[in-house]
Amino acid sequence: MEITLTVNGAAKTVDVADNALLVDVLRESLGLTGTHVGCDTSQCGACVVHMNGDAVKSCTVLAGQADGADVTTIEGIGDPDALHPMQEAFRDNHALQCGFCTPGMIMSAIDLVQKGGGALDEAAVRDGLEGNLCRCTGYHNIVKAVLAAQSNG
Amino acid sequence: MYQFNYHRPSTLDEATSLMAGAADGVYLSGGMTLIPTLKQRLASPSDVIDLGAIPGLTGVTVNDGTVSVGGMTRHAEVAASDAIPALADLASRIGDAHVRNRGTIGGSLANSDPAADYPAALVALCGTVHTTTRSIAASDYFTGLFETALHDGEIVTSVDFCMPEAAAYEKFPNPASRYAVVGVMVARCPGCICVGVTGAGACAFRATALEEALAAGFSPDAVDGVGIDHSEFNSDIHASAEFRGHLVGVLTKRAVARIA
Repeated sequence: MEITLTVNGAAKTVDVADNALLVDVLRESLGLTGTHVGCDTSQCGACVVHMNGDAVKSCTVLAGQADGADVTTIEGIGDPDALHPMQEAFRDNHALQCGFCTPGMIMSAIDLVQKGGGALDEAAVRDGLEGNLCRCTGYHNIVKAVLAAQSNG
Repeated sequence: MYQFNYHRPSTLDEATSLMAGAADGVYLSGGMTLIPTLKQRLASPSDVIDLGAIPGLTGVTVNDGTVSVGGMTRHAEVAASDAIPALADLASRIGDAHVRNRGTIGGSLANSDPAADYPAALVALCGTVHTTTRSIAASDYFTGLFETALHDGEIVTSVDFCMPEAAAYEKFPNPASRYAVVGVMVARCPGCICVGVTGAGACAFRATALEEALAAGFSPDAVDGVGIDHSEFNSDIHASAEFRGHLVGVLTKRAVARIA
């Protein structure tokens, strides 16, 4: 079947299998491999993207469900010369070690800060990142980075 | 991933027709349970019928002491609603942020996972499940483990809750999944006190012995000495039936303490 969606601001029409996942469309059809597949069981959050303004696990969204949706991936938030403030904060706070969880962490964190109204404390950030796992266990610096990004506006 | 035919109807009639014509169809709501289930091949439907493009099934509205939640309303939207603070609090603690952005109340209630959160609210807030064909009272809705009174092809269109004077939800979450090992909602309404329990048994139920004790005196101490029969409770790697029985009492006390 054919689906049409907006990915990082550009309209894309993709031919997909009925049982394809959104993460398959992003990685395999569109070559956007910044979105990672970690557990493939909706637990680790490495595949988090924004869909119609909300952070979602793209391994647990069917391609058909994303028909007509506006999707933003890690590739769509900044570029090497002009990082997104959240990416800057992760770099400044050493909030990544191996980097595998980082795209999902950053997409979750952006959604969290955008909806937090500037009022997030450490506990709220830890609670908000409940669905993202870092197997390097680098959580302290990730939380610091998210709070720094919130302060930097 | 398991092979199936995917459909995206734009009306309820179209959805029920597709279901009637499918060899073995299943409705897809938010997909937070169904999609992992398909991946693990624990379900093998011929057809997946996505309810996501049908308009008019979302939102929280308040009307004359009743709060109505559309069947496709996502947990995050209920969590952000101020209609019933205890219901919003319950929704805010389902799964994680990403699950709450996709999972729906209709999907949760249709699935009737014994450890899901919403069932405790449905029974404690004297809810009503409205479907494409009828209305089902909470007391008739849950019939067993992953079993409800829903017939084949029936779709949950909205869920009504009675507005309580005060209510609170307490749960002992599984530390990994955030499902309720046990969850208890206590609701105080004009003329009744309801205690809805999830996680403990095959499906959600009202703890009538606790309700009677609280009706005699609404305080945490009233829970002391009330025997919880755990003989039919769930027992698994997370908790024994006896421990779940203990949790029912502890969580009820905590919920009462928050609203007494």
